[in-house]
Amino acid sequence: MKILVAVKRVIDYNVQIRVKEDKTGVVTDNVKMSTNPPDDNAIEEAVKIKESGKATEVVAVSVGDEKAQETVRKALAVGADRGILVKTVGILEPLAVSKLLQKIVEKEKPDLVFMGKQAIDDDCNQTGQMLSALLNWPQATFASKIEVKDKSLEVTREIDEGLETIEINVPAIVTCDLRLNEPRYASLPNIMKAKKKPIEQINASDLGVDTTPRIEQNLVEEPPKRKAGIKVSSVAELVQKLKNEAKVI
Amino acid sequence: MSVLLIAEHNNKELKPFTLNAATAASKIDNDIHAVIIGNDSGEAAKALSELPLIKKVIQVEAAYYENFIAENFAPVIVKLAENYSHIICSANTFGKNLMPRIAATLDTSQISDITKVISADTFLRPIYAGNAFATIKSKDTKKCVTIRPTSFDPCESSGGSAPIEKVDPSEEFGQTKFIKREEIKSDRPELGTARVVVSGGRGMQSGDNFKLITAIADKLNAAIGASRAAVDAGYISNDHQVGQTGKVVVPDLYIAVGISGAIQHLAGMKESKVIVAINKDGEAPIFSVADYGLEADLFEALPQFLEELNKLNTIQK
Repeated sequence: MKILVAVKRVIDYNVQIRVKEDKTGVVTDNVKMSTNPPDDNAIEEAVKIKESGKATEVVAVSVGDEKAQETVRKALAVGADRGILVKTVGILEPLAVSKLLQKIVEKEKPDLVFMGKQAIDDDCNQTGQMLSALLNWPQATFASKIEVKDKSLEVTREIDEGLETIEINVPAIVTCDLRLNEPRYASLPNIMKAKKKPIEQINASDLGVDTTPRIEQNLVEEPPKRKAGIKVSSVAELVQKLKNEAKVI
Repeated sequence: MSVLLIAEHNNKELKPFTLNAATAASKIDNDIHAVIIGNDSGEAAKALSELPLIKKVIQVEAAYYENFIAENFAPVIVKLAENYSHIICSANTFGKNLMPRIAATLDTSQISDITKVISADTFLRPIYAGNAFATIKSKDTKKCVTIRPTSFDPCESSGGSAPIEKVDPSEEFGQTKFIKREEIKSDRPELGTARVVVSGGRGMQSGDNFKLITAIADKLNAAIGASRAAVDAGYISNDHQVGQTGKVVVPDLYIAVGISGAIQHLAGMKESKVIVAINKDGEAPIFSVADYGLEADLFEALPQFLEELNKLNTIQK
């Protein structure tokens, strides 16, 4: 089985983001960037499946600018065999990304495509489902457990009500939840080895996909600040405030 | 052109967020039709027809719609879509799973998780875990929109009598098989709609210690929430998680116990009307959003809190 894993470069999850003064977006210059956290889980799962002997190759793909190469390189350092960078300019919507990934799937012919369930920058939660629609493949979203069977996967999904288990036939798309596994850290020798692994660069414009944005982002603002609260000194005071001041109990 | 609302249900009853999605739909256009896809879902379809906002109910029935498999649902909506300018549903796990499949098939750039309708093509939505809000305008002729349910009030649920039209099912997809669903049944209010939420974090130290939270939640008729750290540590199941990748809650009162307040957790609760934080670390970021902060050891504070609540006799049910 061959697994393609899509990874996205985003602002690191620990960074407190700031809105640009002209309100056209958020500040990304000189800000720490990392792999989108659930994409790390996607890579980890693919590598684990390969280590268990049930997959033959793990290919990491990122759609983004030149710097997204770092994100692909990180996937190589934790066990992906080779990488693909689809080079793009400007902001891409999930629909455009899924169309580009569709082209890569047609070229690479993987049995499985894994990715994180959501990117923590735009919080769209769309790309995996869109790709699976374009390919007409089954989808298992928000996966917290994956069991590889002969020609199918049994996937446990995190849903609002609890957990749901489905079986999807291969080829299929899986979007990964944060509880799927514990992503490993890249060891120094593996980081060195990853530098020798190949990354194929493809220009998005050569893939024949119209990536023109369909959505105008007109304004980006900070949320209204909460007014400063107070510290109470005892539980009794807290309960009195909740009852008499806030009137919520 | 009118709006098509996708109803969420369990084949017997409507799920409550369908009412919030109907309200959001009504901010776009008054001509709202609702589609209900299920198996033996007549009761839920009837409930849907009673929402005064709904002008027509479209009911689609087949055995393979029993378990809400997106691959089976999407073709039904895509076929209906030609008559509508907007397709709407909630941005919960049901809608998040389904809507992008519809949008991609219609070649539409989906708009996820809106918190406000500004006009028929312009919406407000949070990005970066709610640390910024983007005003966006869709240029697609057909718009697929998921709505953040807690940002819209539930609509009136009785008094309407929309006609119910039955439509033939689409073909079964066949490559996806439902196996089982493990729902946590509880007599408590649902986390997404509860008036009071009491949440525990890593500071709880064990699943067993959540009984301190449970006792307070019982007293306040509250739902129980948790930080991702508490869920990851196995103290409590995933359906309790509040945050960027869990549920977004907007209760009148949110009590965060032993939760430090990572950006990702704040994303799920900082719109709550009143926030209480109980944490022994006075520097914890949760205090920056709390209206009332109590710097204390939760293992001492929670039993005292329960005792104080027992002294009051005015708890609202």
